[in-house]
Amino acid sequence: MRAEPMRSIAVVTACLTVLAGCARHGSHTAALSPADVAFQKQLQEQFLDAKPGTVIEIPPGTHALDRVLTLRANGVTIRGAGADQSILSFRNEISGPEGILVYGSDFTIENLAIEDTKGDGLKINDGDNLTIRGVRVAWTDGPKTSNGAYGIYPVRSHHILIEDSSSWGAADAGIYVGQSTDIVVRHCHAEQNVAGIEIENSIHADVYENVATGNTGGILVFNMPNLAQAGHSTRVFRNRVLKNNLASFAAKGAAVASVPAGSGVVVNSNSQVEIFDNDIADNQTANLIISAYFSTNYYNKPGIDPHYDPYPRAIFIYDNRFSGGGDSPDGLELKTLKVAMFGLNGHFPDIVWDGYRDEQHLVNGQPPADERICIRNGNAGVLNADGPHKYKNPTTDASQFQCELPKLAPVELPGRT
Amino acid sequence: MRRGALRCHCATGGLSWLALALLAPTLLAGCARTPPPAVHFFAEGRPQHLSDWHVVLREGDRLVLNGGVVPFDLNTPLFSDYAHKLRTVWMPAGTAAQYSDAQTFDFPVGTVLSKTFYYPRAAAHAEAPDDVARTYDQSRDFAGTGLDLNNVRLIETRLLVRREHGWEALPYVWNAQQTDAELARTGDEVPLELIAADGAAESFTYVVPNENQCAGCHVTDLKTRAIAPIGPKARHLNRDYRYPEGAQNQLAYLEKLGYLKGLPPLAQVPRSAAWRDASQPLEARARAYLEVNCGHCHSPAGPANTTALTFDVGTPLDRHLGLCKPPVAAGRGSGDRLFDIVPGHPDDSILPFRMASSETGVMMPEQGRGTVHREGLELIRAWISAMSGSCSS
Repeated sequence: MRAEPMRSIAVVTACLTVLAGCARHGSHTAALSPADVAFQKQLQEQFLDAKPGTVIEIPPGTHALDRVLTLRANGVTIRGAGADQSILSFRNEISGPEGILVYGSDFTIENLAIEDTKGDGLKINDGDNLTIRGVRVAWTDGPKTSNGAYGIYPVRSHHILIEDSSSWGAADAGIYVGQSTDIVVRHCHAEQNVAGIEIENSIHADVYENVATGNTGGILVFNMPNLAQAGHSTRVFRNRVLKNNLASFAAKGAAVASVPAGSGVVVNSNSQVEIFDNDIADNQTANLIISAYFSTNYYNKPGIDPHYDPYPRAIFIYDNRFSGGGDSPDGLELKTLKVAMFGLNGHFPDIVWDGYRDEQHLVNGQPPADERICIRNGNAGVLNADGPHKYKNPTTDASQFQCELPKLAPVELPGRT
Repeated sequence: MRRGALRCHCATGGLSWLALALLAPTLLAGCARTPPPAVHFFAEGRPQHLSDWHVVLREGDRLVLNGGVVPFDLNTPLFSDYAHKLRTVWMPAGTAAQYSDAQTFDFPVGTVLSKTFYYPRAAAHAEAPDDVARTYDQSRDFAGTGLDLNNVRLIETRLLVRREHGWEALPYVWNAQQTDAELARTGDEVPLELIAADGAAESFTYVVPNENQCAGCHVTDLKTRAIAPIGPKARHLNRDYRYPEGAQNQLAYLEKLGYLKGLPPLAQVPRSAAWRDASQPLEARARAYLEVNCGHCHSPAGPANTTALTFDVGTPLDRHLGLCKPPVAAGRGSGDRLFDIVPGHPDDSILPFRMASSETGVMMPEQGRGTVHREGLELIRAWISAMSGSCSS
């Protein structure tokens, strides 16, 4: 240490600095109460100091924050007192855009809510061994285009468990797993989102015992072009996918903006997808849609990786319970098609295929046995909409779908059952 | 050349410069030979005050650089709400950074990089400290080699320090008296009024990032998650700086000081375009701008590698740079537009749409600004307008 006189001067200076800091805080964070300002500072410090083993507790109450909480550490747990008890509100967010942004592995977040973020609610990038449990993400003004894109959003991550969680009002997808591997999404609830639950460019995902209702589209399994990884091997089973008829509020250009309102389960450009034992009902465009990237309207040559596979392949649909739906499809083309084929009071069959297939790669006029769309679903009907010819020759002939595919293995997450 | 040559040192006796700053300015008038405390590199910990480091010093009405602290500029800087920036580098005696053609120079342990964000005070608003000028004019900023505090308002000074285990980021926020800056690990928010030359005012909140937000830009490799400087690369530094001894190439100057080793002949050193220099090609200026403002995240190893959009220096001018590329996770950031760049049509392109927004959740970059960079936006729009080709195929 240096001489005493200097220290006293330093103390005086420090006091001045502290006072100045306080005065400024009072004036410029008027949107937050002094208690919230103090809470946010202390919480930010916990995020900065987190290291393996750290548990960050979020106490009960609604805590207003104005800045993203960023975590950059492995082995951290963030834990609240309940999804309706510990609420982080980002309504006044000025720096984000996420609510919680995580770069870390061996991460658990549970029993809390994230509300009204400007961007994604919870984003986890490049993690391994992630558990998201009892987390509620909501935009409390209901569906709005200005809501954040994704509710719960792990991306480029591995070994992901999302359970007992919910998303409300996401302007893209409520629960969205992107470019990841080994994923379980179960016992979740998605409502009032554009897409309820979406698995995109991901490998080995089990989506089961969830409820997707009141979204534009219920459960989506998509592959987008240009990304580092093409997805495959997703099982969608024992879900309830009901009345997903919400008018789309996605901005144009967004990945899900091409999804018509009234879509139950949608597979787009993905492969090895198994859809079974679900209750899928009252989705007014169709209960189940199988489609290619060409139907999204985003296809163009210069902007799409030539190695991208735009076709759905090896899709196996069996033992689902369908009811209602298909009676009021979204969009003029589909409406016209429905009326022309099934009459004003008729409805589409439960399964609608847009009709795009890889014509360069047929065996005896059919896709190879291990790349076909196979349906073993009682008397559920199927429509080939003939998208490639602008819906000129649609047909309900189901003979080409009479096949089976080998079943996919369950996803195993080490250490979690 | 000696590293201490940049400033004349004042007699300080046993007092620190901090104590001095609180005393009568007359004491400072005469310069003598006794140097102030040298730059103090803290090998660990987080000193509470910027002054603890002795990198930039309050001296009378000026903020000056300590001995061995060398200022530098970049050909094309990151936009930060029109803030002006005083960048410096200091290294321990006898150490030097290793030159690299493409990467950030390899700096020795003990290196302290500083970046002070400040604004020229709005001319007609001298009594209102939150009124700052929106201008590129730096002619009033300096008094000699120091910042003239009669003319500028200091906001924050960020340090990047190279410790044994790697770089660390330390944000300091200047107090209202402008006497010192205090550590602000959790960041801060400063309400400001940007006043244009014509008097038009724009209110915004200047956001000082917290430590994890520093990493939002400075972790350029998701796998290592290591913090690293972004600016000190050969192509950004390859330009002249007006030193007290006269204008010289910055790289040559650093080499002469002993701060840089391995510098090839200057003719072989890459050089980024200066984005505001209309005499340079539009394409090069736009690419330099995008690299500096976007490329630290949008690179193959960076945190935005989820988007298939890359702006780093080697990206080919095709879908990787956004041409006709559909967005991946833009949400409402798409602005109802279908592709990142539609050649010839900036109004149909997502990239300028997001640059034209200052709304969290829409704007890009996601952090580091609360205002629209008018001139940067104009540059990117002009670049897109000049492109030929089409996305319909």
